[in-house]
Amino acid sequence: MKIAYFDHSATTPVDSRVLKEMVPYFQEKFGNASSIHSLGRISELAVEKARQRVAQALHCDPLEIIFTSGSTESNNLVFKGLIASLKTKNKIHIIVSSVEHDSVLEPCTDLERQGVAITYLPVKKNGMVDINDLKKSLRKETILVSIMTANNEVGIIQPIEEIGKLLAKQKQKIFFHTDATQALNALECDVSKMKVDFLSLSGHKIYGPKGVGALFVKKGSPLKAIQLGGHQENNLRSGTRNVPGIVGLGKAIELAKKERLKNNKKIIKLRNFLVKNILEKIPGTVLNTDLSRSLPSHAHFSFLGLEGEAVLLELDFQGIAVSTGSACSSKSLEPSETLIAMGISPEIAHGSIRFSLGKNNTKKEVEKVIKILPKIVAKFRKINPLYQKNIN
Amino acid sequence: MIYSEKVLKHFRNPHNQGVILDASAVGEKGNPVCGDVMKIYIKIKDGIIKDIKFETLGCAAAIAVSSALTDLVKNKTINEALKITKDQIVDDLGGLPKQKIHCSMLGVDALHQAIKNYLKSQKL
Repeated sequence: MKIAYFDHSATTPVDSRVLKEMVPYFQEKFGNASSIHSLGRISELAVEKARQRVAQALHCDPLEIIFTSGSTESNNLVFKGLIASLKTKNKIHIIVSSVEHDSVLEPCTDLERQGVAITYLPVKKNGMVDINDLKKSLRKETILVSIMTANNEVGIIQPIEEIGKLLAKQKQKIFFHTDATQALNALECDVSKMKVDFLSLSGHKIYGPKGVGALFVKKGSPLKAIQLGGHQENNLRSGTRNVPGIVGLGKAIELAKKERLKNNKKIIKLRNFLVKNILEKIPGTVLNTDLSRSLPSHAHFSFLGLEGEAVLLELDFQGIAVSTGSACSSKSLEPSETLIAMGISPEIAHGSIRFSLGKNNTKKEVEKVIKILPKIVAKFRKINPLYQKNIN
Repeated sequence: MIYSEKVLKHFRNPHNQGVILDASAVGEKGNPVCGDVMKIYIKIKDGIIKDIKFETLGCAAAIAVSSALTDLVKNKTINEALKITKDQIVDDLGGLPKQKIHCSMLGVDALHQAIKNYLKSQKL
């Protein structure tokens, strides 16, 4: 059974055109990009070509791109590397949103233990940061603001350009970082318009390979390497370059940019078709994605009176892959912090299912969901001792 | 996080799911953190649990635990049923992911609640 895949926010399949460009760099052109001989130079050229492609997509200078192992590393490098570059460790203040990815929130927790003050900005009901809250949170000691371009769970797009403008207007220099991991397929990420100093991205979310990503570091920004060794990547990220991965990332980002409008148009149509039908066919459903301000790919629902994980597994048995932000899905029993920050009650958050659509999804696949899901939801509501009482 | 084959089997086709309208007693327990709720109906005759049914609001583990527990309890005496431990259910299911162990406690707690309610009703 071919799986109908609706979990593109978790990862995407590698595009065949990306894979094709990567393959020679595993065997024929296997040289270390730091070697001086011809094989090394071939790899070095391939890495630099990829750097140019990434720079073109972000509208920046290739020298401002550092290749990493992915967004988690890029995010860690910004938080740890920026703080490490500062002379004083006292009175440092950082602002992040409360709906950031763990790869931002965990470094923040770590910095808090070291005495750095962190403000976690609340969000509106749709998950969006309020620029006035940000304004009020700014302090003399604020050195970094980090707000994701778009949220991984509900798909909300944050007002990055507005925030960039606000921060640029301040008397003191406040560095601005955005985690654009989820955004690159759908949004034009022009770092000069966003007015960011740092931007993180990952290959595997844009139909490229896993284990490779990049960080945009605006020229002149202070940053200290956190991984030391062979001085690669402008001495900011030591380690032998992952040449096939970097080549793949370069091609993937080029394709994402070139085919963005076409893909968005297709995905948004499918997504809206899905949302309309699910809301119509399944009573007691809450749509947590603000369709007017979210990525085209996302449709995040809460089904009252059940637990998301049960629905996820039953869908999986029937060949449909989705994800859940609900309790127990991974490490903790608590519902997703993003949903709680949006003011969604734990009972409702527990019944969440996220669909994240991609460029290869078909109408047939969405129709399959629309056919199957109402039955699955009804099945689990039926065995819930509380829900039956409610409807009787 | 990986579920055992047995957990998935119970989850897909749970045994003893439903209600007993003329139950001898009912027990219900909830876990406020994960939001799970477990309700157990028992029918007792001559000190033996002749029938048992469950209703659950919860994840796959909670549903599988309910199903396995009710299998273990059916046709046992009250004392035998009270001796069933959380570990026994986890073993019976071929293990549970660490963060799901609490689901097995909820099942046992609901069963104990039902038996307690039964014994209380007998004294009156």
